[in-house]
Amino acid sequence: MADEKTSPPIIEIKDLHKSFGSHKVLTGITLSVPAGSTLVILGGSGSGKTVLMKHMIGLLKPDSGQVIVDGEDIVPMGAEQLEQLRRKFGMVFQAAALFDSMTVYENVSFPLREHRKDLSEEQMRALVREKLSIVGLKNVEEKYPSDLSGGMRKRVGLARAIVLDPKIVLYDEPTTGLDPITTDYVDEMILDAKKQLGVTSVVISHDIASAFKVADNIAFLYQGVIVDQGHPSKLRHSEHPGVKLFLQTWFGKN
Amino acid sequence: MLYSAIEGIGTGVYKFVEEIGGLAAMLFEVIKWSVRPPFRVQNLFAQFDFVGVGSIFIVALTGVFSGMVFAHQSWRAFDLFNAESLVGPTVSLTITRELAPVFAALMVTMRAGSAMCTELGTMRVTEQVDALETMAVNPIQYLLVPRVIAGLVMVPLLVMIFDLLGLSGGYFVAVTVKGLSAGTFVTRTQQWLDPEDIAEGLIKGAVFGLFIALVACYKGYNAHGGAKGVGQATTEAMVASALGIFILDYFVGVLLH
Repeated sequence: MADEKTSPPIIEIKDLHKSFGSHKVLTGITLSVPAGSTLVILGGSGSGKTVLMKHMIGLLKPDSGQVIVDGEDIVPMGAEQLEQLRRKFGMVFQAAALFDSMTVYENVSFPLREHRKDLSEEQMRALVREKLSIVGLKNVEEKYPSDLSGGMRKRVGLARAIVLDPKIVLYDEPTTGLDPITTDYVDEMILDAKKQLGVTSVVISHDIASAFKVADNIAFLYQGVIVDQGHPSKLRHSEHPGVKLFLQTWFGKN
Repeated sequence: MLYSAIEGIGTGVYKFVEEIGGLAAMLFEVIKWSVRPPFRVQNLFAQFDFVGVGSIFIVALTGVFSGMVFAHQSWRAFDLFNAESLVGPTVSLTITRELAPVFAALMVTMRAGSAMCTELGTMRVTEQVDALETMAVNPIQYLLVPRVIAGLVMVPLLVMIFDLLGLSGGYFVAVTVKGLSAGTFVTRTQQWLDPEDIAEGLIKGAVFGLFIALVACYKGYNAHGGAKGVGQATTEAMVASALGIFILDYFVGVLLH
């Protein structure tokens, strides 16, 4: 289990502001993610969670503030540097975002084909098999995404995200819209990926149960700022009215 | 009442200018990313196959029947004053300069443009485009560049096929059906049809091909709002492409002369 005091942060966000037109979405986010830990950013719909995550991978530029990934400030980076940066990340999308015209094998091997031209077809196949077995899938390589269940698709999405051995895996609302059993299956997947690969994970979610299950730290995003953050047990007893109200929906009033 | 009418016109003009600007910006991006490595030859050939090879049959069929219809109608007109020998030149000039590029581009719009737009739109709304970006693959380079190049290259080639089959259709009706002598048809056509006429059609084909691929890509790439949004983007792309072909046809024709 990563400890904030010993692990240096791999992602650090300092006083980040972002508006779209006159709509202020993020108003002074300060956040750090220790290497090897799992941070869950919890917040309601429209709280700016996705916007915050897009800043981490450089898909959006902040109006002001710093985003430091692995020791480098990514805000001033140009397109080519950002492409290099993105190889440190793997991202798992809400609906998996698999390429539906490709088989599972083609999907998972896609990043290898684009970025590891030194590998032979056999080496690629071996790597794809290895990653698929890490996410707990077998004999699915020739299937198309439409032939898989929602939970399996998400696992293939994770296999694709980790195939280049990234340091950080981002999960965009991994359990939204899933039934309880599949939610459990996805939670296990996140925990397994951390255990087996030692990656840093950032999960954005509004699923309280799942957040408390997978997180080393939880940051609560409310009206554009992080109002409380820390170990799940600390956040459970937060005094912030926004956090209390949100957690009550799951834990009840007492 | 008057106020809202003026406002409506203003909004329409504003939106039109905005779309033209968006198209121009996208063309610039596509050019920029088309000259940078990596060059994905396989993707390009897949689009050549889809846009070009896949459209041969419908373009050929449209070509044959356009030539036949045109020969039939011009025969009826020229027959009134015994000038049937002009059917060959009339058919060949109209086909090479106008009908081939316009009809070939319209067929490609319907067949390939609509598919391009829905495919890109679906990829956009299901976050597949974002996924490409997070995997450090530029989506403009990966998705748009091969499609736009395919439009630019394949439509002129389809125009050539249209030319050939349109003329054959015209020949068939004039000579085989109506009984004009083959020599008259061929020599008269040779007298009137210049290489410049064929070149004009090919240039128009290239302009139209670039335009329809760009519109389909632009609308699909910027689609939003789920399945309904993709449908709407495709409708808009089809309307804009078809109208654009006729508008461009006039201006390219004027510019070339």
